[in-house]
Amino acid sequence: MRFLNRSAGRISRHRRGPVAGLMVLLLGLLLTGGLYTAFSPAQADTSASDEELVQQGRELFLVNCSFCHGQNGEGVRTVDGDQLGPSLVGVGAAAVDFQVGTGRMPMAQPGAQVPRKPVSFSDEETAAMAAFVASLGPGPAIPDESDYSIEGMSAEEREAAIARGGQIFLTNCTACHNFTGSGGAMPRGGYAPRILDVEPRYVYEALLSGPQSMPTFSNGNLSPDEKRDVIAYLQSLRDDPAYGGFGMGGLGPVAEGMYAWIAGIGLLVGFAVWIAAHTTRTSKEKVES
Amino acid sequence: MTTHEGDNLPEKQPTSGELEAADPIADPGLPAHTWRPTDVDPKAEKRAERQIATLFGLSAVCTVLFVVSYFTLEIGEVTTTIGGLGASTLALGLTLGGALLLIGIGIIQWARKLMADHEIVEMRHPARSSDEDREAAVADLTTGLEESGIARRPLVRNSLLGAVGVLALPVPLVLLRDLGPLPKDALFHTIWEQGMRVVRDVVGTPIRPSDMQIGDLINAEPAAIFETDEEGEPLVEGVDLQVAKSKGAVILVRMGPDEITPGKGREDWGVDGILCYSKICTHVGCPISLYERTTHHVLCPCHQSTFDLADSARVVFGPAARPLPQLPLMVDSEGYLVAQRDFNEPVGPSFWERG
Amino acid sequence: MMSIDTSKVATSNSTKAATASKPSKVGAAATWADDRLGLATGMRKQIRKVFPDHWSFMLGEIALWSFVVVLLTGTFLTLWFKPSMAEITYMGSYDQFRGIHMSEAYASSLDISFDVRGGLLMRQMHHWAAMLFIAAMFVHMMRVYFTGAFRKPRELNWVIGCLLLVLGALAGFTGYSLPDDLLSGTGVRAADGFVKSMPVVGTYISFFLFGGEFPGDAIISRFYVAHVLLIPGLILALIAAHMLLLVYHKHTQYPGPGRTEQNVVGYPLMPVYMAKAGGFFFIVFGLTAVMGGLLSINPVWKYGPYDPSKVTAGSQPDWYMGMPDGALRIMPGWESHFLGVTLSWNVLLPIIVLPGVLLTILIALPFLEAWITGDKREHHLLQRPRNAPTRTALFVALMTFYGLMWAAAGNDIIAIQFGFSINQITYFMRAAVFIGPVIAFFIARRWCISLQRADNDRLMHGYETGIIMRSTEGGYSERHLPISEGSAYSLTARDRDEIASETPATDENGVRGPGTSRVERLRLSLNRRWYQHNVQKPTAAELEEAHHHAEHEHELQSGLDHPADGHQFDGHHTVDEEALRGKH
Repeated sequence: MRFLNRSAGRISRHRRGPVAGLMVLLLGLLLTGGLYTAFSPAQADTSASDEELVQQGRELFLVNCSFCHGQNGEGVRTVDGDQLGPSLVGVGAAAVDFQVGTGRMPMAQPGAQVPRKPVSFSDEETAAMAAFVASLGPGPAIPDESDYSIEGMSAEEREAAIARGGQIFLTNCTACHNFTGSGGAMPRGGYAPRILDVEPRYVYEALLSGPQSMPTFSNGNLSPDEKRDVIAYLQSLRDDPAYGGFGMGGLGPVAEGMYAWIAGIGLLVGFAVWIAAHTTRTSKEKVES
Repeated sequence: MTTHEGDNLPEKQPTSGELEAADPIADPGLPAHTWRPTDVDPKAEKRAERQIATLFGLSAVCTVLFVVSYFTLEIGEVTTTIGGLGASTLALGLTLGGALLLIGIGIIQWARKLMADHEIVEMRHPARSSDEDREAAVADLTTGLEESGIARRPLVRNSLLGAVGVLALPVPLVLLRDLGPLPKDALFHTIWEQGMRVVRDVVGTPIRPSDMQIGDLINAEPAAIFETDEEGEPLVEGVDLQVAKSKGAVILVRMGPDEITPGKGREDWGVDGILCYSKICTHVGCPISLYERTTHHVLCPCHQSTFDLADSARVVFGPAARPLPQLPLMVDSEGYLVAQRDFNEPVGPSFWERG
Repeated sequence: MMSIDTSKVATSNSTKAATASKPSKVGAAATWADDRLGLATGMRKQIRKVFPDHWSFMLGEIALWSFVVVLLTGTFLTLWFKPSMAEITYMGSYDQFRGIHMSEAYASSLDISFDVRGGLLMRQMHHWAAMLFIAAMFVHMMRVYFTGAFRKPRELNWVIGCLLLVLGALAGFTGYSLPDDLLSGTGVRAADGFVKSMPVVGTYISFFLFGGEFPGDAIISRFYVAHVLLIPGLILALIAAHMLLLVYHKHTQYPGPGRTEQNVVGYPLMPVYMAKAGGFFFIVFGLTAVMGGLLSINPVWKYGPYDPSKVTAGSQPDWYMGMPDGALRIMPGWESHFLGVTLSWNVLLPIIVLPGVLLTILIALPFLEAWITGDKREHHLLQRPRNAPTRTALFVALMTFYGLMWAAAGNDIIAIQFGFSINQITYFMRAAVFIGPVIAFFIARRWCISLQRADNDRLMHGYETGIIMRSTEGGYSERHLPISEGSAYSLTARDRDEIASETPATDENGVRGPGTSRVERLRLSLNRRWYQHNVQKPTAAELEEAHHHAEHEHELQSGLDHPADGHQFDGHHTVDEEALRGKH
């Protein structure tokens, strides 16, 4: 019964089993310790002033980004007139934090689809580049945790926020990213990536900045509260238990059909072979009694 | 019907004569029966018996566990989980499956190991009836028909046929008439009208051009579906609301004015690079909003028709035959986006009367 | 035909009331029933009815038993499901949608999933069993076709099977539409588009079907009555007819020693076959329960309630609707406008015309083959697929066509899983659905013919032992040994193809002979193509000659036939009592 956990995934928790309580306590202790060790030394380095940060960012930008985006982030066109790297004037710090923070930038190769990959820069370096790009023109800033967290709300407010977020998610996001946030195909080899396990901050930044081909959902389009609600719904989907069992990738009927044929029909035909197979024979004769 | 045991086979029947004569190898007949260990060894027999009884016993254990899971694992408000999966469904499924599978496997083991397994032979008979029966049936039928006089009384026969025919054709059609109203011109117009605001879906708030940045996509609806009367009751609800949404849903996109190739006569249908298109695919009617900001293409997730929104929603790929209808936009006195008028063509999939 | 011994039947129908010889309780009950129902006469023929034993004969059973599971779980679901499109505010256990407006159908689907214990399991089992039902029908159909079991007298049972396939798919589609979630609603909306594409009557049918303009408020209750009453009723009736014909015709069997066109060899219904079939029911039921408990199918709570302005990526039908959906996806956007009307070829052809044409071809296959071959005999011995190369290849071509269309319906999922472009997949499929079946036809046909040759080789020259012999000259050869009499007989237990002879179209006076009408000439030419290059089994003389030759070979290799040469271990012998080395 150790791994039985009564409660998982509900937003409004009404009852918890005694084991769950213990586990939460244990987890809490572990987390606090872990967070402390993770964050305490970092504080020492974040004292650089804004101008120093911009300067540091500019240097990093010139080395790492300017080949495609130009020395002043004005964008570069190829001889054919294609965009090598778009202009970064006015994209804001949010775009940089998203693109560099998720490892998308610098790109491995030019193209419309930029996959997530291991991050190349430290948090400080990313912050510096973000500060530099933000200095090129006004654009969305990196959101604060309070922008996308529903922690401070009452249980009823949270529930309402998640329900509203669900409707906004199903209206604006599922078309490309699929109903479970598992991603989907786009024209000419492009795809909308899986977003179910993306950190809330990056989801928020992606909405603000419209990475690559994604349309933007600026604050005039989707208000900050609505963005927060979408993120809360997405989080609730992720935290939900898999009520019906393994999700098979959350890709819908194609995966289900594959399982029906391979697992279902495969096993049943296997059983049929066993049922009709002849059992072991012996060379001995039956002694009639 | 006779059944023959073992290799006591009948002689080959010379029905397909000449071919049989050319057979290179004669039928050796059924091979001699061989025995199973459980037939000849009482110990093996006992062992199999115990094995099968164990399977049935384990099945009963599974059933008990099924009942226990049913009552102990909670669902609904507080769901019990096992390793992140819903515990109730998982446990009920596995215990029920176990109980059933063990019974099935047990029965089949019984058949395989303990039931007599002498193959027996049954003779076939042709599917057709005997000539005698056929003749008798035909004779009876003829007698019956003659006694009815159906051949001799064409007036009775034909008037009956006529009456049944008259009954059969229109009556079901008449009875089914009230299945639905006639289409009339319902498919030719939507709830959109001159001056109706374009509002955000879900929340129903109106949109100023300045709310949208270049690259923005707004999934929008006609304002009418969010309107309420003095008491807060919605003006459009139920079926009307669903119909209004299913034809009135639109997407708003904003792009650089220099990126747009305005269609003929559509020069003033946009506002500052903001264009509005029907969200309903012209192929079979899926709502589409899979928009690529950089190419201005929008893709249908059902059958992958792709439309270029910068070029009057021209079809660039896929099975759709027609561009998405465009809703002409303007700004009202308060600065909000409104429709100039309804769509100038039916939205959604093609139909015969569309023209 | 074998004369049937009717003497026993006659004597058992005595005029006196039957009395059980040993008055047991079962006997007493049976007597009581038979006094009123007279069942014994009919049952005594069936109780020990013989069914041949082969795994491929149990595929139809999978379909039958999954249908029973569908009926059982479906009945459970009807206790809570409300087939109503009335709008309500959800107040159930699933937090994410509390307070959201939705149809009663969707709300009750959520209730079944979250507030009825075992409800989600039953929903998932129902869905899995439905998918298995149709899949098993397909597999069963392939077995019946490839072994020629559809030939006379079983053509009508083939037709019934084809109708069951269509009804199964319809039952599936109506069921898929009932929960009124985003996916099912999108499917219904597409169906509305399909209906509207029909010339002249399309718009009217759409309005009558939906009780007005899409989506209306009637479609779910109308689909419900079709799903729980109309279609299952038809399916049950057709299954009954299918099984009655099976009992009447008796099951086909594979050729082998002692198995002829005149008999059927196997186990009696009571007890062995009844136990095996009954046991298999529990296995199908049990496996469905395990799948229902482990694998999440159609999580309606994630799709959300249907809203005609929403859609999700990966909007797909269930697998059995994949073929026409794939055709829709790869169809170019053709539409005609004339005389003030519109004809949407891009919808009409793939979704209305194509399935109808395919079904017609499927139903016509037995009659087509019988017409081409001119075969009017009854057939109870099955053929191996290789022994009817053209027929096998024809179905392989159809399957390739179906499979490619099917794959095209998953083009978006294939694109993201394998990193392709949906555009490239679509262009590829547009060509592949025409070229693929042709290539598949030729490959399958030549493959069959090669296998026929291999069979004849085995017959005439024996099997390959895997033992390499070195001759005195230093040449190497593989040793062949004759196959057992039983397997040799099984290989030859097939008919020679009756190829139509070339008949002159006209006689010496230039007058057309009888039987040489245009249609008949087409038939004759098809007949020759049908059998072209087929390999016939050897004649007795050819076999004799080959064996004589083999004996000569063996003589050359004589003296090597001692226990250590290893041929005992080539898989054709029982080895329990073989010594690896001889006693010398």
